Formats: sequence, C-alpha cells, structure tokens
Amino acid sequence: MTETDSFRQAARDWLEANCPGSMRQPYRDEGDACWGGRNFKFQSEDQENWLKKMAGKGWTVPTWPVKYGGAGLDSAQAKILREELNRIKARPPLESFGISMLGPPLLKFGSEELRQQHLPPIARGEIRWVQGYSEPNAGSDLASLQMRADDMGDHFIVNGSKIWTSYGDKGDWMFCLVRTDFAAKKHEGISLVMFDMTTEGVSTRPIKLISGKSPFTETFLENVRVEKNQVVGKINEGWTIAKYLLTHEREMIGGSGILRSGSTPVYKLAVDALGTGNGILNDAMLRADIARFEVDERCLALTIERARDEVKAGVSLGAAASMFKYYGTELNKRRYELLMSINGQQALDWEGGDNRDGHLPKSWLRTKGNSIEGGTSEIQLNIVAKRLLGLPG
Amino acid sequence: MALLYNEEQLMLRDSARDFLNGRAPVSHLRQLRDNGSSDGFSRDLWSEMTDMGWPAILVPEQYGGLEYGYTGIGIVLEETGRTLTPSPMLCTAMMGAAAIVKAGSDMQRETILPGIAAGEHLLALACDETSRHAPHEVATSADEIGTGYRINGSKTAVMDGHIADTFIVSTRTGKDISLFLVPAETAGVTVKTRKNLDTHLTANITFERVEVGRENLLGTLNGGLAILDYVLDVGRTGVSAELLGIAQETFDRTTRYLKERKQFGVPIGSFQALQHRAAQLYTEIEMCKSLVIKVLQTLDERNDGDAELVSLTKSKLGQTAQLATAEAIQMHGGIGMTDEFDIGFFLKRCRILESLFGDSYFHLDRFARQRGY
Repeated sequence: MTETDSFRQAARDWLEANCPGSMRQPYRDEGDACWGGRNFKFQSEDQENWLKKMAGKGWTVPTWPVKYGGAGLDSAQAKILREELNRIKARPPLESFGISMLGPPLLKFGSEELRQQHLPPIARGEIRWVQGYSEPNAGSDLASLQMRADDMGDHFIVNGSKIWTSYGDKGDWMFCLVRTDFAAKKHEGISLVMFDMTTEGVSTRPIKLISGKSPFTETFLENVRVEKNQVVGKINEGWTIAKYLLTHEREMIGGSGILRSGSTPVYKLAVDALGTGNGILNDAMLRADIARFEVDERCLALTIERARDEVKAGVSLGAAASMFKYYGTELNKRRYELLMSINGQQALDWEGGDNRDGHLPKSWLRTKGNSIEGGTSEIQLNIVAKRLLGLPG
Repeated sequence: MALLYNEEQLMLRDSARDFLNGRAPVSHLRQLRDNGSSDGFSRDLWSEMTDMGWPAILVPEQYGGLEYGYTGIGIVLEETGRTLTPSPMLCTAMMGAAAIVKAGSDMQRETILPGIAAGEHLLALACDETSRHAPHEVATSADEIGTGYRINGSKTAVMDGHIADTFIVSTRTGKDISLFLVPAETAGVTVKTRKNLDTHLTANITFERVEVGRENLLGTLNGGLAILDYVLDVGRTGVSAELLGIAQETFDRTTRYLKERKQFGVPIGSFQALQHRAAQLYTEIEMCKSLVIKVLQTLDERNDGDAELVSLTKSKLGQTAQLATAEAIQMHGGIGMTDEFDIGFFLKRCRILESLFGDSYFHLDRFARQRGY
C-alpha cells in the first residue's frame, strides 16, 4: 500500500467512526451551517461533536501547521481528505471567514504573536470573524476607503463606517481596512487592523435585502481604540494584504457555485417537476438551457480541479481566482433562474408550508448579490484583462 | 490523475509545436489552396510526420507502434489545430488505429496496423448518409452472399475519403449495424471528391454491388453499433483537441492585435468594451483546456470511453472555438475580412470541425440523453 492509500484508508476509517449520521447530509438551508463563535447556538449535539472532533484532529484547517490548530497536511493529502468528506456527503464542520479569508494572509504576513493569538481559536471555531472592507463610498473602488485611524502612539483611534459586513451582528472580531496615512496615494496609506467587536464605540445595523433577509450589516466605529500590535503586516502596507485576502475570498465565493456535493442535480429536479416523454424532458427549450448549464457546471468543476493540481505542482493561482469568482457566481445565478422556471407558480410563493416559506425565491433573490459582493463580475473581468492578458490601461 | 500534462507529454507538445511552426505554419495551408492540391495535404510533410513517429502513437508496440496513448495524439492534434496543418492524423492515426486496435481480428491487425504506423496505409470512416450527422441512420445494406457480403448504398462527405486506402463502412444488416473494411480499389466503389470551404477535401462514396469476404467484417456481425460509437467518440475527442488549438491560437493572435493596433491614439485593447469580451473568452478557453485533458485521460483509462463526457466536450469546444474565431474577426476589424490576412482560415476550419461528427446541438442533445433527460 502506498503512503497515499494508507492516508486515505486512515482518513476513511476515522471519518466512519467519528462523523455523526446527521452530519452526513447536505444542508437543507443556510440555517444548518455551523459558524461557531462566542454567541453561536449549536442546533444539535451532533453538530457540536462534529466540530469538536474535526477541530481536535486539526481537520477544520487541514493544511495549517499543527501549532496553529491545523494538521499540517500537504495539498495531496488535503485533496484526499476533501474527497473522503465528499464521499460520505459530510457537512463542513465549520463555516468561517477566519478560515477562508483571514487565515491565509495572517499565515503569510502576520507576526508570530498574532498567529499564536488568533489562529488556534479560529481553527477551533471559538471566535467568529467578520470582514470590514466596503464603505458607502468605496465599493468597486475599494482603495478609496475613508475610515480613518489616527495614530495615538501605542494605539489608533478609529472613526468611520463600513457597509456590507456579512453577519456583522453575529461576529466576535473584525479584520478591517483603515486609512493610516491621509497624505499618501490612495493605495499606499491603508492598513489592515483587527479588533474585538465588543470594544466601546462599535455598533452595527442590519441591512434588509430584496430577499427579505439581513445577512449584512452596516458597522459604525466611533472613537474605537485599536492596539497597534493588532496590525497585520506593516502599517500603510495593508493594500497588498487586502488584495491577497480578496483572492481567497473570491476563490471561496466562486467555488460555492459548484462545490455542492450531494445536492440534487438540476436536471433531476426538472425531470421530477415536468416529466419526460421517450426519455426526453417535456420542455425542449428548458432542456437545452439545463444542458448548457450542466456543461458549464462540469467545466468549472474540472477547471477548479486543474487549478488545484497546478497549485500542487507549484504554479500560483493569483489572478485566476478572479476568473473563478466571475464564472462561479454567474453560474450560480443561472442555476437559480433555472430552478425558478422549473418550479413554476410554486416558486413564486413567499410564505407557507409548501414552499418552506419562500425558501427558493428568497435564495434566488440572494444570488443576485453573488456577482456584486467580493468584487463585481465587471471588476473580475478587469483583473483578468489586465493581469492575465496584459491588456493596457 | 492530475489534470496536467506530464513532463514527457510537454516535451512532445514542444517538439510538435517547433516542427509545425517551422515546416507547416498557416502559409503551408494557403500554399496547398493556391496550388489547387488534389490531395488536400502534403505527402512530403506526412512522411516527415511519420519520421517523427506521429502516425504510430496509438499503434501497439508489437505492430511497430509507440503505444503512447490518446493523450499523446491529442496533444499533437491540438498543435495541428494551432497551425491548421492538414494531414491524415485524425482519420488514420487516431480513428483508424483506434478502430483496428479496438475491434480488429488478428489478421486485420497484422495487415493494417504496421501500415498505419509507417504512414503508408490511410483510412477513412464512411458513416454519414445525410447532410447532418446521424450515424445511427444507416440505409447502406450488406447482404450475405455465398462467400461473404454484398454492399449497396452511398456515403456522404467522408473526411479523407479521397485519399483513403481502406474505408470503414457502416452498413445495415437486418435491424442491426455491421462494420466492414472495404479496400478503396474494390470493384463497385466510386469516389467523388468534394472541396470544403477551408480547402480540406472530403468525398462522396457509392458502393454498387461491392463484394467483400467475411474476413472484411470489423468486429462481429450485427455488433457494429458499439464500435461505431466508440470510433466516432475517439474522432470527436480528436476534433475537440484540434478545436482547442484553434481557439487558443486565434485568441493569442487577437490579444496581440489588441495591444498593437492603435485608434484614437491608444491601443484598442485599452477599451473596456473589448477587454471584457477578451476576458470572457479567456475564461471559456480555460474551461475548454480542462475538458480536453480530462477526456483524453479518460480515453486512456477507460476501455469503453465516456459518451457523456465526449459529447459535453465536443459541444463546449464547438461553441467556444466558434466564439473565439468570430470575435477574432470582429476585433481585427476590416483586415480580418481580407483573404490576405490569415485569421479567416481559422474561422473556416473551425466551421468544418464544428460540424464534423456532430455539431454542438447534436452533442448537447446527446449529452442530455446520456444524463437521462
């Protein structure tokens, strides 16, 4: 047996023994996700145990070093672990912006003290992080952000507001872009700082979306004290780190269009709803669109796989994350357009039992934001054109 | 298996690229056209390709081949797509070899495979009878006679039909399909050459009371359908690899032009309207690269192929290469419409390959059927 085979066997055995049955099925909706943090209420003992066991094994962050709460796996082992988790349709033990967004730049740019302080609680799901990036006047042009941090010697005093903070009212700590040099060019006066959301002067207000839900907040900072030792990397060099973090965010958002292990394929839902004649779906036009969607869905899955193989072979992903973000989010919007069409009148109900209180139309509305948040599709195409194709201007 | 070419495969790609850029760039095709070549390809160039071992790639070692697999031959076809180099690689080296290796009798293997590897024996699959690809609709009949079979019928637009030494012919035997190997010189076979819009040649072939022996049956009697589908899927895979080369090359040429061409005092590539279209095209081509590697590796790994994946790939590659060539013309502007400029050759070749062995609509439909809807 090769080393790979024995790792696979060991992972399979461990998962078999430790993954509770109720954690081996796709989310019914986003309410089934485990986010951890100080205020999180576990929905079941299974959910709590699954997180504890995976965290104990270092498998909430399998590729992070052991000393920061990871398992130190190489990318080949991580791929095997992913495959084994997919095989049993295991739910992620933890959804976390700490893992998907903050972790990578902290590992790359953070001081040893900061890593020791923040990474292990992220890995264990004890601290839930939120992102302070966009501002009312800094969306696509993020680098024009105005939240000001005044230097008070050993600390900053921060004033201003952030917008589109995902789960801002549920987070424990924020990583936040602030302006620390007001005279410098816009890209050169930015720093990435971290603070506890319970610090005096921090408040949030939910933003109600077209879906009727409020996954985002506005976040207001009024004379908030932020310690200087909570700056990631160097002061005024936050933009590089911010961009690095964004590539990870985009990878995550792009991947979400496709990495839906266990969810029912769109064509099956269509067959159930519309029926077939001679094995052909009873709506020729819809059938063609579903087929095109499925073709592109497979394309993206294979290209993500190829990109991971390239990373393993030492090629950096870089601006390719923009490509995945663009393609994945446009694809997810197409998925929900198809689901809405497939379900006809039933997809239009906003309340009531048959439609799980408008779950589908609310999700459909939510997807419209996919190609806006984390950098719009247009911004991603700009990045592809300039950085991958080298087009001028 | 990682969705990457290994080092050896990358070396093959580089050597193919160097050879084709040196010996058969697009100007080679232009020359064949301007000289009115009756073969539609250069036999001198083919013998150089043979020296490189290309027609031997799929042939097993015991028959003088390299046994290097579908991924290897796909890499070569991707490169001939970049240079639009006409050759018997697709019909003989890929589909012909695959058919004989898959279904040939010992005797058929011994008589044909060494000839394929040596570049001396050319084959063509004669299956279509209607203008649009419909390989399961076969009217050409094969009736049993004392010593073997008598074939009657006609086939249309047979790729490489004008140069083939042997045809693989699909026939109706009762309610089933059987395949026969029919030497081109057999009495009753008539070959009429057709010139395609990209200067490639095909042929209409009629079979009038053509008599062949039992030993000419490829595979079993009435067992032709599965072999036919397999050989077609091999061909569709090769066409997809060639389309990938075409899409990439036209895209590379177009992005170069966007950086060079100035209007209003700036490179036209600085305009966002063009940047976004170029970026979208780039993304689609990246998707296509993953598909082509995957489908080639799958052919190497799985003896029975993967019809769903092949149709998905052919459909996507056809759509994307058409988009790439159409955008190339548009972004080149007026010069793209001139015969003097090469970009139009890519548009023409792409249109042929889009249609060959089933167009994007055919394969989108087949993909959905394979999925069960």
